[in-house]
Amino acid sequence: MSGTLQLWIIILGLGIGSFALRFVFLGLVGDSPLPPWLLRHLRYTAVAILPALVAPLVVWPSATGGEPDLARFAAAAVTFAVAYFWKGVAIAVLAGAATLYLLTVLL
Amino acid sequence: MPFTTTKSAFWAGFRAALPFMVVALPFAFLFGVLATEAGLTVFESLAFSVVVIAGTAQFTALQLMEENAPTLIILASALAVNLRLAMYSASITPHLGAVPFWKRAFAAYFLVDQAYALSIVKYEDEPDMPRDQKLAYFFGTVAPVCPFWYLFTVVGAMVGKSLPSSIDISFILPLAFIAMIGPLLRTPAHVAAAFTSVVVALLMAGLPYNFGLLVAGAAGMMVGARVELWQESQHG
Repeated sequence: MSGTLQLWIIILGLGIGSFALRFVFLGLVGDSPLPPWLLRHLRYTAVAILPALVAPLVVWPSATGGEPDLARFAAAAVTFAVAYFWKGVAIAVLAGAATLYLLTVLL
Repeated sequence: MPFTTTKSAFWAGFRAALPFMVVALPFAFLFGVLATEAGLTVFESLAFSVVVIAGTAQFTALQLMEENAPTLIILASALAVNLRLAMYSASITPHLGAVPFWKRAFAAYFLVDQAYALSIVKYEDEPDMPRDQKLAYFFGTVAPVCPFWYLFTVVGAMVGKSLPSSIDISFILPLAFIAMIGPLLRTPAHVAAAFTSVVVALLMAGLPYNFGLLVAGAAGMMVGARVELWQESQHG
């Protein structure tokens, strides 16, 4: 990380930006509804950004210097399966971390 | 059943949000641990949670800082994750838009996933609820979640500080994202958006400045919206 200044720019920038997104209609625009095409795209922001963030990390993990790694792939698969079927974020992370730990010890 | 007072509306919101504490606490704890592992101080971790108060965006920023992405890309990506907040703002405005300005400003700051989801369901159930009670219900849903969001960020940060640095937990953050994605895949349109996003992100991984993330995000959103339209036309 390149320093404290960058960190505070990120914290404050994200804070102001997030508040603006929350406040824009409630505080400023009032009752006029959003156009349906825009709402339709906004519904998919999280589910479009997060997989893009995580996919390269799973396929080319930084800890192995970018070499695909079976233990990390399995940990990701277990985490996803638990999260998808049980909907529990914490339990899914624990299951994935346990898988990673066990496979790193075994392999 | 209509509430008799704003006070009972507040406590009804509070009770409805209690189960969400179980979700928010480990999340805040994990953020604290990973933030200190990434080199943040306890105070900086807490500032992150207080100023931004949006877990998914905080984790996104943390991950991209670890990858030494440029500041602008970090801000753009984390704010893109937060675009859904504008949707919450729009959809809750017909219910809270008429309360005094400063109360709307407070409500906007606390417009987090759990508070939005619980409140909008309640308002649609009982559209005739008086405005003051709607606002009280909203703040009731905030009360068991947000203060503990701050508190457990600090607890996590203190635990993270004391962890030996020899433990490699850099892969826990990707696992946390995967765990967040699982419950989001509610419809075929969500699955299509996520799948597109993965494929495009892997194809675009060579782009400089983590720019592939934004390209993949945009592609995923467009595919999700398209599939939703197509599904609607199928069902008439």
